Amino acid sequence: MARDDTAVLVESPGRTTSLPTLAFQGLPSTLCKGCGHNSITSALIDACKSVGLDPYYTIKISGIGCSSKTPAYFLQYSHGFNALHGRMPSVATGALVANRTLTCIGVSGDGDTANIGLGQFKHACRRNVPVVYLIENNGCYGLTKGQFSATSDLHAHLRREAGEENVIPPFDLCLEAIAAGATYVARSFAGDRKQLLPLLKGALRHGGTAVLDIISPCVTFNDFSSSTKSWDWAKAHEEPIQEIGFVRQLPEIEVEQEAGTTTRVRLHDGSWITLRALSHSEHEVTNRAGAMRFLVESQERGEFLTGLMYVNPDRPDFVGLQEMCETPLSQLSDGDLRPQPDVLREIMAGI
Amino acid sequence: MPTVLYSVRPRSAGADNVSSHPPVNDLAIRVGTVNGSGSQSANLVLLRAINGMGIPCSGKNVFPSNIEGLPTWFHIRASGRGYVAHRLDTPVLVCMNEQTAADDVRQLRPGSLCFFRSDFKEDLAKLRDDITFFPVPFAPLAEEAFPPVPTDKGYRDKLRKVVNMVYVGVVATACGIEMEEVRTAIRREFPGRKAKAAEINILAAEAGAAWAAANLPMDLPFKVERLDVTTGQVLIEGNKAAALGVLFGGASVLTWYPITPSSSLAEYAEGYLKAHRTLPDGKRTFSVIQAEDELAAVGMAVGAGWAGARSITATSGPGISLMTEFVGLAYFAEIPVVIVDVQRMGPSTGLPTRTNQGDVVKLHYLGHGDCRQIVLIPGSVAECFAFTIEALDLAQDLQTPIFVATDLDLGMNLWLSEPFAYPEKPLSRGKVLDAKALDELGQFERYRDVDGDGVCYRTLPGTEHPLAAYFTRGTGHNEKSGYSERPEDWKRNLDRLALKLNGARAKLPAPVAEHDVGAKIGLIAYGSTHPAMTEARDLLRECGILSGYCRLRALPVSEEVSAFVGKYERVYVVEQNRDGQVCSLLRSSLEGTLDDRLISVTHYNGTPIAAENITNPILNWERTFSEHTTLTNGTGLPGESARGGDSSE
Repeated sequence: MARDDTAVLVESPGRTTSLPTLAFQGLPSTLCKGCGHNSITSALIDACKSVGLDPYYTIKISGIGCSSKTPAYFLQYSHGFNALHGRMPSVATGALVANRTLTCIGVSGDGDTANIGLGQFKHACRRNVPVVYLIENNGCYGLTKGQFSATSDLHAHLRREAGEENVIPPFDLCLEAIAAGATYVARSFAGDRKQLLPLLKGALRHGGTAVLDIISPCVTFNDFSSSTKSWDWAKAHEEPIQEIGFVRQLPEIEVEQEAGTTTRVRLHDGSWITLRALSHSEHEVTNRAGAMRFLVESQERGEFLTGLMYVNPDRPDFVGLQEMCETPLSQLSDGDLRPQPDVLREIMAGI
Repeated sequence: MPTVLYSVRPRSAGADNVSSHPPVNDLAIRVGTVNGSGSQSANLVLLRAINGMGIPCSGKNVFPSNIEGLPTWFHIRASGRGYVAHRLDTPVLVCMNEQTAADDVRQLRPGSLCFFRSDFKEDLAKLRDDITFFPVPFAPLAEEAFPPVPTDKGYRDKLRKVVNMVYVGVVATACGIEMEEVRTAIRREFPGRKAKAAEINILAAEAGAAWAAANLPMDLPFKVERLDVTTGQVLIEGNKAAALGVLFGGASVLTWYPITPSSSLAEYAEGYLKAHRTLPDGKRTFSVIQAEDELAAVGMAVGAGWAGARSITATSGPGISLMTEFVGLAYFAEIPVVIVDVQRMGPSTGLPTRTNQGDVVKLHYLGHGDCRQIVLIPGSVAECFAFTIEALDLAQDLQTPIFVATDLDLGMNLWLSEPFAYPEKPLSRGKVLDAKALDELGQFERYRDVDGDGVCYRTLPGTEHPLAAYFTRGTGHNEKSGYSERPEDWKRNLDRLALKLNGARAKLPAPVAEHDVGAKIGLIAYGSTHPAMTEARDLLRECGILSGYCRLRALPVSEEVSAFVGKYERVYVVEQNRDGQVCSLLRSSLEGTLDDRLISVTHYNGTPIAAENITNPILNWERTFSEHTTLTNGTGLPGESARGGDSSE
């Protein structure tokens, strides 16, 4: 029997379903032609299909900005919420406690996360809210025509080579995420599909706050040769720290990697992510202090590091810490939600 | 410093000495202490003892924004006539804080009683000769009841608190409060493991009582006598009542950020939820999240409401400001969420521990563009309970933010109430389509007005159906929730939201109207002003002025209000904010020329409103009006110079 290429097998607790490919697709993008965000969307669709993510139990939440428009372009069988500028994390947190069976893909940008939303970003990391937190980082405000953001490079120029110079150094969002407590922190580049895909797959199966800082060139406002967020610069300077392969916990793939050169990390759902350090063999991906030192030192050297910086699959996530019943709060019956009359009588008698 | 709390009571016109007719069961006690000195327990004991005698009573904490050291006052009122509003002329003063004692004494009316610490440097008795002063050796009496314990390093601190219980005994004896009720109240205040502390405090109260019996004249005025008319009633704060509303309203997600005076609402609610909404296996049917700020608190509540939870958050004015952007989004995206605003005075720090009704109209218009929010306004602790439940249901029914506007006076002070009634209606779930319904319908458009009532159907994340998903957005959208900047889509949406709001009016708590036969003036008020209104109407009757009274309980206002205003020559709108916010709102929304009949009466110094704050300006207006009528034989309104204001300012 010929394989149906349009069907995707998805797994959710207690069920396996086959869904058409179009369930993972969305509306045509209205972003600029060549925008890095479109590459990310495309990789994300493939990652979702590849891990068998169930769109019915997935929510897409975003802030405001070019990046935050993208949830309309993928997973059309999933509920989406284009919320407020910088406030995606709080909406995601509320939705996830309301229904603990949901997987959340949060889409944000550099202005949305590093400027207006830095507080909510860091508090989400601190709580370890189980959200795949994608930062589509182009180092500028695209939707309002190219102003600097808090990830704009020091000495970057506004909009063009001769534009006004940025005199304030940027945030390194991976560093901020690790400092705040995120448990899966990676950086990649929109144009490096080979690296991005496994990082996305790992993030989708992680189960805590998974921050992906994805450098995504703004072809309209920040794609000139001196910009570190340009296609050319990134391609030339990118220094991947590992070669990453995502491995589902399936018997036939559970083969031993070459000893001594690989790091295997077991993810929340039991799957493994395998890392092979290339140019930085000293980097231990589960060492939080080491990861931060690594980032600070490479930042000082002006390196453009990509790859998985830090992962900790053991820290309990925020939804788990709520000690909620198995049934999602959104589906509880009257009997579960409203105590009986005798409870009110007793409370009143006690007052 | 407190504002001047003296004002002429119309009731005693011609007799400005409060003790000229010693009243029974018309008692008001003001206790001035130092914040953090443990006086709260003593004050609650006095209040509960009076309550134990079955006399209608209330307790108000007028406290500073401070943890320890600044002056604080507690007001207790007992009234056989059932008046529980704030009273300006408290005839019994207890001075435990020398810092404010002289000022407190100056505010007393002639004939009042003043008990003060005999170890004050200043002899208060020299301040006035029309007050009866009793210096009381509080410290020696306390030490006698609770002798030094050499091994107890915390003895001095405990003694400082025990001193307060001595004034309980003194005041109880002076005013006829039964000591057995005092003992019961002390044991209640120090239950379980604190039983030893209870006995020490009982000894202290008894020491005060014994001193009073030996040293005070027996015929002091201002007595209470057992009445037993409040049997079965409870003394409860509005915040605790609203917290019970959270529990019985079936809220499943509560988010909050600490801010006085709303914090205790969330804290009580969390306690109740843990106690009564935990399953036998220890798992919870709720989530409580203390957010990093009010932006996040409301964001979480909106996210939870969107995903199908019954979500609620509580805050006060400054928190409302931070929530504004989300409220606007939730209004346009039509997401159920409940926001309780326990109003306080002013911006930023303002007067965070003082009461006000300054947010009401802001709440009504909160958001950006054409927003009109639904605001429920409880006027009693029972309504704090019932309206919180109602708000949780209305949010589901109408898919919109629902506000509950209380205030510090209602929320944090103790009010007497019949035990709350268990809700009769099952929980409302609103228009939600599941996979089965989608199969049957074969189509779904999130913002299509299928029923013609402006309320559309929604689906929740986690619905296994290809038609279920939609994209929620603040941007312009068509019926399918698709992005749209088409003028006709935007306008159609706004018109539908207006239709929804209009339809909501009938579902909101209706105004409560009362009418004196022959009344020519009407009164309108809302919220915590209600107890003072009841008393004010009686006082006006004693001055020969009959009135009708309409208590608003929700915004947008019901159409019944126009009919009410239509019955009277003049209608006074009484509220606790400077600019008469609701009066302005009514002026712009009443039918025809009815707005000409409205006169604004306001109180806004941070203290709870008292009957005199209402009657004084109204009497001024009425006096001017009758003079004017006599002179011109016309029906013109009084001139601006006679405009009523807050006489206690």
